[in-house]
Amino acid sequence: MDEIPKTAAPPEPVAHAAIEVDHLDFFYGDHQALYDIHLQIPAHKVTAFIGPSGCGKSTLLRCFNRMNDLVPVARIGHGQVRIHGTDIYGPKVDPIELRKRVGMVFQKSNPFPKSIYENVIYGLRIQGRTNRNELDEVVERSLRQAALWDEVKDRLHESGLGLSGGQQQRLCIARAIAVEPEIILMDEPCSALDPIATSKVEELIFDLKKLYTIVIVTHNMQQAGRCSDVTAFFYLGKLIEMDRTEKIFTNPGEKQTEDYITGRFG
Amino acid sequence: MSHPFEIQLAHIRETLLLMSTLTDRSLTLAVRAVAERDDKLADLVEASDSEIDQLEIKVDDLVVTYMATHGPMARDSRLMLIASKISSNLERVADQATTIARRARALNKEPELLDVVDIPVMAAMTQELLREAITSFVEGRYELAQALIPRDKEIDELNRRIAAKLISLMMESPENVTRGVHLMTIAKAIERAADHVQNIAEEVFYLYSGQDIRHEQGA
Repeated sequence: MDEIPKTAAPPEPVAHAAIEVDHLDFFYGDHQALYDIHLQIPAHKVTAFIGPSGCGKSTLLRCFNRMNDLVPVARIGHGQVRIHGTDIYGPKVDPIELRKRVGMVFQKSNPFPKSIYENVIYGLRIQGRTNRNELDEVVERSLRQAALWDEVKDRLHESGLGLSGGQQQRLCIARAIAVEPEIILMDEPCSALDPIATSKVEELIFDLKKLYTIVIVTHNMQQAGRCSDVTAFFYLGKLIEMDRTEKIFTNPGEKQTEDYITGRFG
Repeated sequence: MSHPFEIQLAHIRETLLLMSTLTDRSLTLAVRAVAERDDKLADLVEASDSEIDQLEIKVDDLVVTYMATHGPMARDSRLMLIASKISSNLERVADQATTIARRARALNKEPELLDVVDIPVMAAMTQELLREAITSFVEGRYELAQALIPRDKEIDELNRRIAAKLISLMMESPENVTRGVHLMTIAKAIERAADHVQNIAEEVFYLYSGQDIRHEQGA
């Protein structure tokens, strides 16, 4: 078979990068999980990280809000992660403050055993904000942005655990956006949801990118194709290819990417 | 060991290959029906047309099923698109063969008009293009597919020469008009078949390169 010609243009430079990863090496103890990762996450876009299990995509995601600090053996060997030009691993950066700017939604929805209302304002409560009018306003705005308001507005003081799986995940998104982050990280946010709930979360992701920069880790190729503007493919801790999603899923530049997305990997 | 999905993809390719073999055979028989003045050969062409039609439907069915069940990406998604287009183009080549066969039957009722030697040549050139286009598809040779595209112009030129010659024969004698019109229709059918083969070559190039080169020369 002829070799496929490589005529595709390189990815366009990111005009407004929300996150810059500069030649990052990352370790769990002696095990190197990320090798020389160098990329930019564009602001107000959805960037999808794809790749087989263990490729480092979730590790990189967790580097963006220093969630890896909670893993005792985790460390950065070399390189930087910058958000709007600031090295987030710098000595003056408070990880708690950082996580207000960089919210996270996990694979499994994890509402607190509290009311819907209290779930949404949990971050504000920690910040010591008690003004009832302000909290009411934040609850409505966050639930509206999370496309959940109409479904829960009449039962805000009932337990968040009484919601369906899809509603719980949107509640977690509302909780993440209540503190007005700049960036939202999503680690397999729909893997436990049925297709209808998945569709609602995907619509939400599309709407939220107007306000936030979103990075999503997913194993679902169709979801990456549907939701994201930019896709990065990782393998064995390395960034293999990053480009416009349309390009990655129709005509990727690297054979490894093509083999992975067409299911021929390995 | 192949993945189960690769077996299904191979089934789509094999169906196209079968379709191209039958189409090639139809063209051969149709042109022989003209050259050898044999109605039985024309009957064979018409008989196989419905078989090719059914294969076109089968390819589309396999493609839709594969897309619905596998969500193909990248080259596989292009294969879905071009498999359907190639089958459609092959079916149209087979339709042109049927047109040739019908005209052959009409011609065979008339006395022989000797100046038809270029028609088998034109048909042979078209069949060679078809075989090479299918080879490029089977072997993944996008450069071969690309090289075939300009060759359609040689067939267009031959068609023009045949038409000019037939017009001149018809002007010489009204007795030549009926046969001349049949032969012009046959030459035009071959030229159209070659256009469809050119489309197939463009589709194969797109499949393996990801680049769409249709309409680049205002063709």
